[in-house]
Amino acid sequence: MNKKNLIIEILIPIFAVLLSLIISDILIIIYKQSPLKVYKILIEGTILNPYGIGQVLFKTTPLIFTGLAVAFAFHAGLFNIGCEGQLYVGAFTTAIVAAYLPQFTPPLIAILLAIIAGFIAGFIAGFIPGYLKAKTGAHEVINTIMLNFIIMAIVNYLVIRFFKVPETIHTYPIINNAKIPRLFEYTSFFKGSAANLSFFIALLACFIIYIILWKTKFGYEVRATGYNPKAAETAGINIKKIVILAMSISGGLAGLVGINFVLGYKYYFEEGFSSGIGFMGIAVALLGRNHPLGVFIAALFFGILSQGGLVINAIVPKELVDILQAVVIISVVASSSEVRRLLFKLGRL
Amino acid sequence: MERKNVIELKNIVKRFGKVVANKNINLSVREGEIHAIVGENGAGKSTLMNILFGLYQPDEGEIIINGERLTRHNPKNSIRLGIGMVHQHFMLIPTLTVAENVILGQEPTKGIVIDLKTAEEKIQKLSDEYNLKINPKAKVADLSVGENQRVEIIKVLYRGANILILDEPTAILTPSEVREFFKIIKALAAQNKTIIIITHKLDEVMEIADRITVIKQGETIATVNKKETNPQLLARMMVGRDVLLRVEKEKTEIGEPIITITNLSVLKTNEIFALQDINITIHSGEIFGIAGVEGNGQTELIEAIMGLNLDKIKSGTIKLENVEITNLNTRKRLISGCSHIPEDRHLRGLVLDYKVKENIILGQHYFFCKYCFLNDKEINNHSEKLIEIYDIRPNDKEVIVKGLSGGNQQKVIVAREFTRDFKFLLAAQPTRGVDIGAIEFIHKKILEARDDQKAILLISADLNELLSLSDKIGVLYKGRIVKVLDADKTNPDELGMLMTGAIGG
Repeated sequence: MNKKNLIIEILIPIFAVLLSLIISDILIIIYKQSPLKVYKILIEGTILNPYGIGQVLFKTTPLIFTGLAVAFAFHAGLFNIGCEGQLYVGAFTTAIVAAYLPQFTPPLIAILLAIIAGFIAGFIAGFIPGYLKAKTGAHEVINTIMLNFIIMAIVNYLVIRFFKVPETIHTYPIINNAKIPRLFEYTSFFKGSAANLSFFIALLACFIIYIILWKTKFGYEVRATGYNPKAAETAGINIKKIVILAMSISGGLAGLVGINFVLGYKYYFEEGFSSGIGFMGIAVALLGRNHPLGVFIAALFFGILSQGGLVINAIVPKELVDILQAVVIISVVASSSEVRRLLFKLGRL
Repeated sequence: MERKNVIELKNIVKRFGKVVANKNINLSVREGEIHAIVGENGAGKSTLMNILFGLYQPDEGEIIINGERLTRHNPKNSIRLGIGMVHQHFMLIPTLTVAENVILGQEPTKGIVIDLKTAEEKIQKLSDEYNLKINPKAKVADLSVGENQRVEIIKVLYRGANILILDEPTAILTPSEVREFFKIIKALAAQNKTIIIITHKLDEVMEIADRITVIKQGETIATVNKKETNPQLLARMMVGRDVLLRVEKEKTEIGEPIITITNLSVLKTNEIFALQDINITIHSGEIFGIAGVEGNGQTELIEAIMGLNLDKIKSGTIKLENVEITNLNTRKRLISGCSHIPEDRHLRGLVLDYKVKENIILGQHYFFCKYCFLNDKEINNHSEKLIEIYDIRPNDKEVIVKGLSGGNQQKVIVAREFTRDFKFLLAAQPTRGVDIGAIEFIHKKILEARDDQKAILLISADLNELLSLSDKIGVLYKGRIVKVLDADKTNPDELGMLMTGAIGG
């Protein structure tokens, strides 16, 4: 990426965030509160105290996975709106594998198996729309949305019918050796928060995806297909294979969300646990401009907002944060061309 | 008689960031003249025209139109001052009629209803006045390429233009259409309309223009009267050195058949054939040209040879040497010795958002891998080498290909396809939209490949190119090869007639 593009890629999200702050200022003032006070509480309650930081990391982790999932598909020119379903079946599979492994399975192996199971389940969930797109041209947006309903219904059915603990809506707990350690087990700093080592697995995923996209032959072919499928095809790249694989990997990444919730926090799968994390992934990818580093920063930003919503609930409705998040998304989409136009006017292009 | 200047540009400078597109442009155009602006691709012609039309603001310099000094120029101004632009790519909606297209954007109304009738009458009048032969009620989809262009001209005249800017108007026309077009242009000029033509076809310039302005690297080199110049001189001014305008070709020994296409039929839709019973054999050391009006099956032929439309092939076989490749995928064809310069570099030739170095390895990228990883060092060395050999500018492997001029983009493709290990080259429109310096270079490379005993299929809309490079020429009309001719025994007129079905094969 050359310097000019890099500047644009950085300016777009900054512009978007500033714009949405202005809008939320107005909302806060309408609610007869001081924006400064609200922001102060939000910051103090999140990144300025240990518990808050831990909670932010906990909320950031799944957003990294879904953000990466959307971003990866996007590089192949695909729009994956199916993260919600993919992470659902992924987390479910992770929970089932981790619950039914023999108790004596060594920790590392148990965790790895549970993670791989989640990835594979998401992979398959992504494979279906990918295959349909490649072979029949059926649009992945429609198919991933529809699959969300289908997958969630099937998983819920399986949970209720076969796997749930009576009188609850969750599955049996996972074996002890499959549990991912909480951060406070290493340092008292994070005491009481749900933050766990999954956060570092998410960071590792960012790094691996970066390497795949920009350093490998496969990534080269994925991006070529995303930018110009006709040219990729002409160059002998099997674009159908790329489309199927990219969508499957995207699904697999979404399937990793369960690591944080199932292996690191609740230790079981619970019906309806995801509450829109899949859709938030779209926002994360957009704000992060589809780059793994950007995805990480954007996920952190939304993680702060999500935790911050709970904190500021004392003086303004927490729905304000929901609105703020939505405004960020809209302004990212809108500011893409706006930033370019501004820069163009300033003669910097 | 000295006519007054309708357009004067003085010391125009336009920068885009660090790039100076127009350095020092001086241009004066007289009323009622046909003024050609020639220059290589990337010389700054388009920038200049966009400044003149008001789409770009110059950083320095003056624009004087009809004696009015414009401080802030914009397209609205242009329309007010009677400047109209006909773009290279038509901006017409095929499903609407001519009249509907022409009034688009400023529909005349009677109450709340569009007054199509008045518009149609006005268009008919314009058409008659300039002998444009356009029926205002015809659907644009049913019109030929030449007619489409005339509709664009009507559109501009309808809005009251006195100054017409035409961007590469003959690029897509057949020889007879070009002649027709020149008549119209002369008729317009005779009515005191001022015509500015941007082009790089020097023979056409010599035929039509009154005066010629040469631009090189963002600067006006000179404005000359046609009578006082010739194509050689113009070419030298454009490029800065002597240019070979005619290709010099020696006879070569023709060898074994390299590519053999037998009874190839390709479907367009379920019932309609795009190609029917195509038989072509190309030997080593031979250039086989395909002439034809666009849309007569060229694209399908290219796709069939490269394996890009496998599901549409109805029957027939394609053999490379003695191996049948009819059912191989594209990658296997490339590896077994096919090389391909796509007809549309933006559509199939390049990943525009990729860097030069990434495009230079496209389709050969698997040779630059260690295990699954790209070998950056080798890629860098390889692209630096090719940028040097093929003189790709700017000399920077990291630059995004989108930012290169058309000629340099094409050089990236040529560099890539000529470094492949190939026996057969499919060169489709290899010099379309490319400046004469690069054309000369690409022609030289194609002939070198021929002398090196490669087999070459050349598909081109430029009949001069076909005639000067090819050994044999097949004419493609409505999906069939209607005739195969020896290149040195035919001429543009015969080809033109075969291409349009005016005479049968």
